[in-house]
Amino acid sequence: MLSFIGRSIIQKIITLFFVSVVSFLIIHLAPGKPSQVDPLNPKFTPEMVERFRKEFHLDKPLYIQYIYFYRNLFTGKTVSWKDNQSALKKIWERFLNSLPLFIVGTILTWTLSFPIGIRSAIFRGGFYDRSSTFFSYLLISIPGFFFAYILIIFVVNSFHVPVIGMETFGIGDPSWPRWLMDRVWHLLLPSVLGATGGIAILSRYVRSQMLEVESQDYVRTARAKGVPEEQVLYKHALRNALLPFVTMFGLILPGLIGGSVIIESIFSWPGMGRMAYEAILARDYPIILTVNFISAVLVLAGTFVSDVLYMVVDPRIRL
Amino acid sequence: MMKIMKSSQIHSETPIEASSAVPRRSRLQEFWRLLKGNSLAFVGLIIFVLFFCAALAGLILTSGTKPVFDPAMVRLQEKLLPPLSSPNLETLRPEEIPKLGVYLFGTDDLGRDVFARMLQGAWVSLTVGFVAVGIAVLIGIFMGGISGYFGQGHIRVDQILAAFVLLLGGGLLAVGAIFSGSALLLIGSAYIFFSRWLKKGLGKQPPPKWMKVFFAGVISIDTLIMRLVDIMLCFPSFFLILTVVALLPASMYNIMIVIGLTSWMGATRFVRAEFLSLREQDFVTAARALGVSNWRIIFRHMIPNAIAPVLVSATIGIATAILTEAGLSFLGFGVPPPHATWGNILSDGKRFIFDAPWLTFVPGFAILLVVLSFNLFGEGLRDILNPKLKERY
Repeated sequence: MLSFIGRSIIQKIITLFFVSVVSFLIIHLAPGKPSQVDPLNPKFTPEMVERFRKEFHLDKPLYIQYIYFYRNLFTGKTVSWKDNQSALKKIWERFLNSLPLFIVGTILTWTLSFPIGIRSAIFRGGFYDRSSTFFSYLLISIPGFFFAYILIIFVVNSFHVPVIGMETFGIGDPSWPRWLMDRVWHLLLPSVLGATGGIAILSRYVRSQMLEVESQDYVRTARAKGVPEEQVLYKHALRNALLPFVTMFGLILPGLIGGSVIIESIFSWPGMGRMAYEAILARDYPIILTVNFISAVLVLAGTFVSDVLYMVVDPRIRL
Repeated sequence: MMKIMKSSQIHSETPIEASSAVPRRSRLQEFWRLLKGNSLAFVGLIIFVLFFCAALAGLILTSGTKPVFDPAMVRLQEKLLPPLSSPNLETLRPEEIPKLGVYLFGTDDLGRDVFARMLQGAWVSLTVGFVAVGIAVLIGIFMGGISGYFGQGHIRVDQILAAFVLLLGGGLLAVGAIFSGSALLLIGSAYIFFSRWLKKGLGKQPPPKWMKVFFAGVISIDTLIMRLVDIMLCFPSFFLILTVVALLPASMYNIMIVIGLTSWMGATRFVRAEFLSLREQDFVTAARALGVSNWRIIFRHMIPNAIAPVLVSATIGIATAILTEAGLSFLGFGVPPPHATWGNILSDGKRFIFDAPWLTFVPGFAILLVVLSFNLFGEGLRDILNPKLKERY
């Protein structure tokens, strides 16, 4: 166990190093330079370009730029090229904005998809199963932005509440119940949208896991010896079907930083996804690279956590 | 030699077996029977065929100098007309009148016929989906095949050094240092010839001691490729695609290539897993015993048996690629403007969402239907290709 942990940590650090190299190369070898953002702007004199290049080490060769960048990242000194603010501070602020979306979305996904999946596994082939199958395909296939507009039209027309942004613009300083309701209304649509795909996929997965476990011998044995159906399903089958999902807790970690670019830009939600999008538009390389690096760390940490959880939960696995 | 292939073909080609072992139907008939039994997949296939015809018709009818449906024809006096409204014939020049006599899907804010634009966009969605997934599947089969079949071989230090020298030379050439770059390239390629000659010359003799360091195996090919997959999986995919597409000049081909280059990991893993299990099976051992060459074993015997999960994931991958392209177009990074795509029709229409909802709903439902059809067909394919279902009559 310890040797497995040690080996996988070393492996992940090597992977992380290569990810950092590859992402750095992708950004810096792409055509176009950040120092030539607007050559037609009269205020943008060659001297300024030169100063800019010197300030951000753009005149140095690539490998020195690489070392500078990651040295700054680890000492927390990376600054955005756009407004000279600390990149980590900027990301942290946006992260706090995205966090409620992520939490509500995750709670919705995990609380809804299990009952749906289990029920359609129990009544497989029935009306409920077939309609839930069809709806989950529908939700997987619907483009997020289109679904967002359908929901916006529906909510705005039938409830007459504003939904764009984190709170109603110019709401001032209302009493706290009104403030709370306002925040809830604004939070609801984006997080529902973020959760739909997850619900559809996860409930299908729960269903197939349940079906798989139900065909196992120990379930048949339990039925044969006369255990009540409820107990067979929820004690013998469900517990075993849940095993792979424990590990999926590790895999939701990367979702923390992802934030949906499309949904956040439709709802003008000042979260991570939108910040990344704006950074791409402005060619703000430090922000892009930092977001990329953090998300790679989270992906690796997520897979690591899920491996370890799997070992803890399932005694049959020995690595 | 040809007879040693797959179990089903052994049955169909050996006459000595009792007739009960011969399948009553051919593979294709069996496939068709299972497909008709799976109503969702069948509906998916029908929608896909319709979409394919529409895209092909769209390509023919909307391109050229005098297209039948001109997607770029601006009629400002006819803007934002709802679907099925007829044009005001008095204000239009004869060539501006839509060929169908009505605006089937209405007009947008510049008075362009949404039906013509949808037709033009269909071809974009279709090609982006197929080409991107084609690239991904090709890379996946190549990488997965190598790592599954030759995976146990080790890469030697000298090979790594040669590859490094070649890469460095190419990089220097690309940067502009022509002399040193071409010198390195020459050294690298000379070494490759040298090592081939060495292999032939030395034969079975062990290499001299001082060269042992260079011939030490460092890392197995399988590990190398799987680590590469891990590295690629670390990138958040939509964010990576968005970054690359935003940095590259806007064009349809860049989008296809970028989507393809960032989505081959699934196919690689499937092919590798299949190859690892197939390599140990008797028909491969028999083929190898007969002296069939490695490449013939791979292409003739193993890939046909390993292709089923790849096909399923490719079908679903097409759906994902179409969604990704629509999302990129929606954000304004798609195919450049005069060309219509479903994503940018929707994105242009979002400003008029309450006045002209058809600009949102027509492309939205079109994307939904096509993506749904690919997903349903892919899931159906998974069931159909499942060998457990096959022999049940």
